[in-house]
Amino acid sequence: MFSYYLQLGLRSLRRNPLLTALMVMAIGFGVAASMITYSVFRAVSGNPIPEKSERLFTPQIDSWGPKYNLPGNEPPYALNYVDAMALMRDHKAKRQTMLYPIGLSALPRDAQSVPFNVQGFTAQSDFFAMFDVPFQYGSAWAAADDEQRAAVVVISRKLNDKLFDGANSLGREITLSGHNYRVVGVTENWNPKPRFFTVWSGSSFGEPSDIYIPLSRALDLRIDTAGSNSCRGRIDYQDWDGWLQSNCVWVTPWVQLDSAAEIEQYRQFLEGYAADQQRAGRYGWAPNVRLRNVMQWLDYMQVVPQESSVSLLVALCFFAICLINTIGLLLAKFLRRASEIGVRRALGASRREIYVQYLIEAGAVGLAGGVLGLLLTALGISGIGLLFQPQIARLAHLDLALVGLTLLVSVLATMVAALYPTWRAAQVQPAWQLKSN
Amino acid sequence: MKLHPILAALRKHKAGTVLIALQIALTLAIVCNAVFIIGQRVERVNRPTGIDESNLFLISQQWVGAPSGDTADGVEKLDAMQKEDLVALRNLPDVVSVAPINSLPLLNSSWTGALSLKPDEKNVGTRTAYYFGDEQVLPTLGLKLVAGRAFNAGDVQHQGARDQRDPATVMVSKAVADKLFPQASATGSAVGKAIYLNGSGKPSTIVGVVERMQTPGTGSWASAFAWNSTLVPTRMDANFSRYAVRTKPGRLDAAMRAATPALYAVNPLRVLDEESIQSFAEIRDKAYRADVGMAALMGVVCLILIGVTAAGIVGLTSFWVGQRHRQIGVRRALGARKVDILHYFQLENLLIAGVGAVIGVLLAISLNLLLIRQFEMERLPLAYVLTGVVAVLALGQAAVFAPARRASNVPPVTATRAA
Repeated sequence: MFSYYLQLGLRSLRRNPLLTALMVMAIGFGVAASMITYSVFRAVSGNPIPEKSERLFTPQIDSWGPKYNLPGNEPPYALNYVDAMALMRDHKAKRQTMLYPIGLSALPRDAQSVPFNVQGFTAQSDFFAMFDVPFQYGSAWAAADDEQRAAVVVISRKLNDKLFDGANSLGREITLSGHNYRVVGVTENWNPKPRFFTVWSGSSFGEPSDIYIPLSRALDLRIDTAGSNSCRGRIDYQDWDGWLQSNCVWVTPWVQLDSAAEIEQYRQFLEGYAADQQRAGRYGWAPNVRLRNVMQWLDYMQVVPQESSVSLLVALCFFAICLINTIGLLLAKFLRRASEIGVRRALGASRREIYVQYLIEAGAVGLAGGVLGLLLTALGISGIGLLFQPQIARLAHLDLALVGLTLLVSVLATMVAALYPTWRAAQVQPAWQLKSN
Repeated sequence: MKLHPILAALRKHKAGTVLIALQIALTLAIVCNAVFIIGQRVERVNRPTGIDESNLFLISQQWVGAPSGDTADGVEKLDAMQKEDLVALRNLPDVVSVAPINSLPLLNSSWTGALSLKPDEKNVGTRTAYYFGDEQVLPTLGLKLVAGRAFNAGDVQHQGARDQRDPATVMVSKAVADKLFPQASATGSAVGKAIYLNGSGKPSTIVGVVERMQTPGTGSWASAFAWNSTLVPTRMDANFSRYAVRTKPGRLDAAMRAATPALYAVNPLRVLDEESIQSFAEIRDKAYRADVGMAALMGVVCLILIGVTAAGIVGLTSFWVGQRHRQIGVRRALGARKVDILHYFQLENLLIAGVGAVIGVLLAISLNLLLIRQFEMERLPLAYVLTGVVAVLALGQAAVFAPARRASNVPPVTATRAA
């Protein structure tokens, strides 16, 4: 019966090619607009580290005071040097890392080539275990390297390919901005999206990092942050040490807390630390701390670009209008065949049969719309660079899930849209139709 | 023509009527907001930066193994390296002038602070973005001086990038002058006044005012002080530097190509790749890519939407015309003229579209309120909504014309035939 109804449906669709084309195009455009914008939204609003996002936190301490704080008396997005060092020394979390983005120059090994930029982060050894960084060779540096301020480096697979042709480079030396570092690890390609750990200090959707070096070593070499540096009030420092002692925030802390008890303990520790600073006269205000986990942090920092949400919203409204349009056209199409339905009903077809027949016809329209939508989606995704910055546009891609979703959404949506017209078709009174002829 | 028969007929076609009205309402809501967004983005992209953007490019480079900018000795060495680069660039045949600079309008890399009229100000003053350059900065960027004088070589200092010593002289944009000295009617009155940078206790004297200069930040955080620029006559010495280069008219590409070899000839130990040299057109393009894309997307969505809605009206009205074939014949046989039939369908559409438009106005305003709450957009001006209402009514009339014409061509003899 299914194939017979499908045949009937296709024949009926062929009878008014214009009307059919109109419906197919409406669904195709609607579903394509929704899918293109959704593919971007999916990429930017996803959870970058789903298995641990509930256990990773970034502490914030109010070091500016009510007068200079962010709207809503929110404390600064990051820590100043003094607070960062204090938290690092106290080491109250099971795992923790202080980090900031850096940009250095690297010398290629053959003398002919020119120097090039590498970018990455200063971190502590826990960084790699906390964020589940995968390694191709070697591993993170040891905690002892942090303490001994060792000149070690973890490099990315990409940089390893460039400098060492992909060979195991453990123990080899590389020169970054005039200083030598020993390679202790080579990471696999790793770049969570968004890069939750550097949302404020760096770019949320930036290029993958090339290098990671110990924070203690970077501070010894006075390597400046390549990311954000935000200061309040009178700015009068004149050199590196003055900057370290200033209220400028630029160090991003992350801690791993595995249980509710640990979270509560850490929060109390932060409150206690802030209260100590108030007592010591460093801060002239009551403790005001935050402890946000990954998703809370991404939400607070509004990582999803405005363009992405607005365009998704507009596309969905657009799709809704296309569906309303389809309801109207299907209604016209089905009711035009009222007499045909009357004949079928009079010959013994049940209402159910009518439902099945017309829903199948609608499904065929939906499928055709879905195929058109798929083509338009593929076209749109290749042109998405027009709408978003390259690093975000790159995230949108057509995968199997999106293909399936496109087809499923268009067929289902069209069938939902067809419910009312089908119901009207099934209500056709056979006697009346036959009589009027 | 009386409305009564139209209303009576519509009651028989509730579903179709509701669908068309709903579609017109939603179309109105979306198109109004989309056109408003387009207008805003276009306005944003078209605002002039205040600099002469043609024949201008920027070099951002980093030295390898440069001395530290934290020691006095290192600062002098870095400054000498920077001056060598400047001389090399200024000697290029296609180059008109060159200025060292920390950033450019729209570059989205900024150093911001606050200005006040009192020393040791504890409150947040007038927010501003700082541009650090030398005496060539005005001619290089093509800034228009409206009061006072430009920097001269004697004003120019140099210091390490982390050294926050206050300059003796500054220039400000007119927006800053107006904000700091609101009571002074003449812009020139800001010249010679002392201001304090970032809560400092040491005064800096305003020597000149430029007409307009946008800040580097294009994000929403910077929009509140987009025109508050302060020029500081200081060469910043660090292991990286930026140079703004103005070329002879039409020689931009040639000068951009010549810059890299010239700088490598001075010192090959530096990072200087394709991304290091960008024309101002590229900077502008990058800064506004999302805005242009958003406007384009909204435009495409609007066009398709209007097409879909018009097609929907044509489809449903055609269906109605087909259904009422016989009734139309009867009316014609009873003496109705062709134009009466035409008017009937036009009026019917006007009624439905009118109801749709009323609902659409409400939807448009609610959608706008949602956008305001979620995305901090601005309030939709009433003119957009009213224009939208007129537009959807016109759209309905345009869409209904063809089916209505066909209806009016139904011959009276149809009445005598069986349906």
